Order: sequence, then structure tokens, then C-alpha cells
Amino acid sequence: MTVTLQGVGLTHANGQVALSDIDLTINAAERIAIIGPSGAGKTTLLRLLATSLQPSTGSISLLEQQPWALSASQRQRLRARIGLIHQAPPLPPRQRVVTAILAGKLGAWSLLKSLLNLFYPVDITGAQAALARLDLADKLFERCDQLSGGQLQRAGIARVLYQGPQLILADEPVSAMDPVLAGHTLSVLNNEAAARGVTLLASLHAVDLAMAHFPRVIGVRAGRIMFDLPSDQISPEQLDTLYANEKLQPTPEVITPPPLVVQIPRC
Amino acid sequence: MLKPALRDPAALPRLALALLAIIILWPGIKLSELDLGVLFDAENSKTMGSFLSGFWPPAHDSEFLHILLRATLETLAIATAGMALALLLAIPCGLLASRALSLSAAHRNGRLAWWSLALRWPVRGLLIVLRSVPEVVWALLFVRAVGLGPTAGVLAIAITYSGMLGKVYAEIFESVDPRPARALLVAGSPRLMAFAYGVLPNASAEMLSYTVYRWECAVRASVVMGFVGAGGLGQQIDLSLRMFAGGEVASMLLTFLLLVLLADQLSRLLRARLQ
Repeated sequence: MTVTLQGVGLTHANGQVALSDIDLTINAAERIAIIGPSGAGKTTLLRLLATSLQPSTGSISLLEQQPWALSASQRQRLRARIGLIHQAPPLPPRQRVVTAILAGKLGAWSLLKSLLNLFYPVDITGAQAALARLDLADKLFERCDQLSGGQLQRAGIARVLYQGPQLILADEPVSAMDPVLAGHTLSVLNNEAAARGVTLLASLHAVDLAMAHFPRVIGVRAGRIMFDLPSDQISPEQLDTLYANEKLQPTPEVITPPPLVVQIPRC
Repeated sequence: MLKPALRDPAALPRLALALLAIIILWPGIKLSELDLGVLFDAENSKTMGSFLSGFWPPAHDSEFLHILLRATLETLAIATAGMALALLLAIPCGLLASRALSLSAAHRNGRLAWWSLALRWPVRGLLIVLRSVPEVVWALLFVRAVGLGPTAGVLAIAITYSGMLGKVYAEIFESVDPRPARALLVAGSPRLMAFAYGVLPNASAEMLSYTVYRWECAVRASVVMGFVGAGGLGQQIDLSLRMFAGGEVASMLLTFLLLVLLADQLSRLLRARLQ
């Protein structure tokens, strides 16, 4: 069992309950989609699995380890085996794509190799191969701020492909792409997972994509799991209940990071 | 007349703030004994005039230019060596004082654990101590310890500027987007590398600009410290002033202008390279 969650809940610092009573078991090499209305807790669930958030209650086990019982350095080693694809990939605007991709392996590399990589990319072919799978090979030496939203998302996926983790978590990985590209990108992720026997969890707001690409689908609403079924056993009624009061199909969110105001004191 | 409903609601508070500023400033002007009248007093104007008239023409005989070149190089060397030493201390202190690299903040939505906050205070305290004593005071101290000459200036700049640079670097690290570094930390990257790959690309332009500006300040500071015997252009200006050689002072002030201009251009060039 790759992932086990028992009675996991998360309450934010402001008292808002994001997730409660989550029980979940995921076996190795499973491919799962997480669907649900916006604000349901899909991102929070993925961040919990990425050890990017610590649960308030319950116990979590990832890749046969208890992340919050480990020492900080052991946890970093566990984290290197988990890849999280962000909806808005946090890549520094001035960084080149090749550096951003190769940064995926920082957890595995020695300090010396990582430092060397800042001056000359140590694995150009590896980065190129990861980008080529997402049809982005020509952007290898561009800067990240020259990519469009969809290209940036693909660069973020390429970084995780290059990282080569045993558990891939994807938070709305295709939200900024057109339907054809979204389908293609999800196939790439699924092929990677199937070929390497990797566990894949992706949250999606497009139900049809979830049904078409993933054998198992989890429906999340208001911080709880509504259903957890093989994708061919989900009835339209269950989907209607999941998205009740959400008749307006939410338009894909435009990813614009908040403008950063840098104030430097002088003298 | 404007209708009352259309009046800017911010007008009254702004007027009140302006009045308040004047009321607060007035005692300050009184306390500092500022009296612009003395500038226009006939006697004083004449004294200043004769002092300034000695500035023209700037001295340019070859012997003096040789001394000037040497003093300029010495000033640049003091500023550069002082900055280099200051960076050695400022970068590690900036990293320690900044919360940008906290592992505990990465999984707590940016909030630090209490022990992580507590650890930062000694470093912040050290930086405060380093920068709170002006470099001239350090220079006076070191002139007594290591004797007259540039060494005292280098040490004084290194100490004061490491405090300033460390503080501002820490603030720059915290002011850039924290998400790239946090994402790297959560992907298992060591902290130093999360800094190099996540923070540095966003922070480098600001850091560079501030460092070059500080280097320019160090050039100026080394001149001031020359007056207390720490070598460089300042010591020459002091000597020339004592000998009432206005022309020499003028030449040195012009050199000084050139140095600041040079620092400005250097900053512009480096920033353009980074863009």
C-alpha cells in the first residue's frame, strides 16, 4: 500500500475546516482522479499527501513511512520520492527552463552537483527528453517568463517527470490547456505512471477527462470523500449530487500570481 | 460651489495630517538651531566666497595628479576590500536571519515554528550591533589599534556594512515570491539549494543593485574615514584643507564625482545583464 490515510482531518489556523475524516488506501501503481466542486478540498488533500501540509488529526502513511514521525532530514529524503505538480508551477520568472527542470532532482543530487548545475546544466539531454515528451523541447533554453500559462504547466510536469518520483501528485495539471492538449498531457502522465509502476493521483475539474483517463475516481465535497469508485461504476446521479448547486460550470481559473511589490530600504 | 456630496472625503484628513506634520517639525527646526539667515549675512558670505574662490582652478600639476591617482586607488581598494569582507559575513547572516529557508514554514503555510523564530533573534541582534555603531567610530577605534592607514578603514567598513548588507539581504530574501523555494523544499531539496534555485533567481537583481549602491556608499565612507587617518582620498582632502590648497580640494571632489558616476554606470550595466 503506497498511501494510507486514517481519519485524517485538517483545520486551518483561522479555524476553517478544510478536510475531515478522510480514510483512503491507495495501492502501488494505481491511477486515481480526484474530482469535486471548487473549494471542496482537492488541493488540500494533495498537499497533505505531498507533506506540504501537516494533518491536524489522524495518521498518514506514504511509501511505507510515517512522514510526521520522521526526522527532518529523513522527511526530506521521503519528499524526494514524491512529486507534486502545481496548478500554477512556482518557477522563478528569470530562471531558464532547463534549470527549472533539472531542479527536480535537487533532492537526489549532492550539493556539489547541484552547485555545478547552476553554472553549466549537468544533464541537458535528460531535461530535453522530459520536455520533448510534452512537446516543449524547443523551449529548453528559454526563460520561464517567456512561456504561456499552458506551457508553464507543461514545464512544471516535465520537472516532476525528470524528478522520477514513486508517487506523482498532480493538482489541476491541465487547467490552463486546451482540451486536445489536456488529453495528450494526461496520457503522457498516465503512460509514465503505467510504464514505471508509479502511483498517480490527479485532481481535475473536467469530469470527462477524469472518466476517460483514470480507472478510479474519488469525489470530494466540502472536505469529505463522497464516493470512491472505479470510473465505470459512477452514476450520473452521484455526479449530480457531487456538483449540486454548481450548475454553473466553473470556467478554468486564470493563473496569475499576485504582483510582487519589492520594497528595498535604502541606507 | 461643489455640492457637499461631491467633496473628496479624504480632503479633511489630509489637511489635518499636513498641519500635524508642521506642528511636529517646528520643534525639530528649533532644536537643531537651523537659521538660514546666517547664509546671507554679508560677513559670512564673504568668508565663504573667499574660501570657495580658492577652489578654482582645480590643481592639475603632474606631481599632484600622481598623488591623486594613488589616493583614489587606495580609496577604491579600501571600499572594495571592506565590501568583500562584509559580504563574507553578511551572506551567511542574511540566510540565517531570513525566514525564506525555514523547513518548518514550508508545511505550515509560511508560519514559523516558535523555535525557528527564536533562533533568528540572536542573528538579528548581531546584525543590529554590527550596524548600529557608525563606521567612523570603528575607524577611530582601529586607527588606535592598528595604526594610521587603510587597514583601519577596511576593518571599519567590513564591520558596519556586514550588518547593513545582512539585514537588507534577509529582507530581500523574504520579499521575493516564497513559493518556488517552498516547492523545492517539499520536493526534498536541501535548504541551501532551495535558496540557490528558488530564491536567488528572483532576488539577484535587487541584491546586486543594493550591493553596488553600498559599494558606492563605502567609497564615500572611506573618504570620511580618511579624515580620522584611515588613508585614501579623505586623508588627502584633510591635508589639502589644512594647507588651504583649494584647487587640490576641487580636483579631489571632481574625482569623487567621477567615482560615484562610475558606480552608477556599473550598477546599470550589471542590472541590464541580469534582466
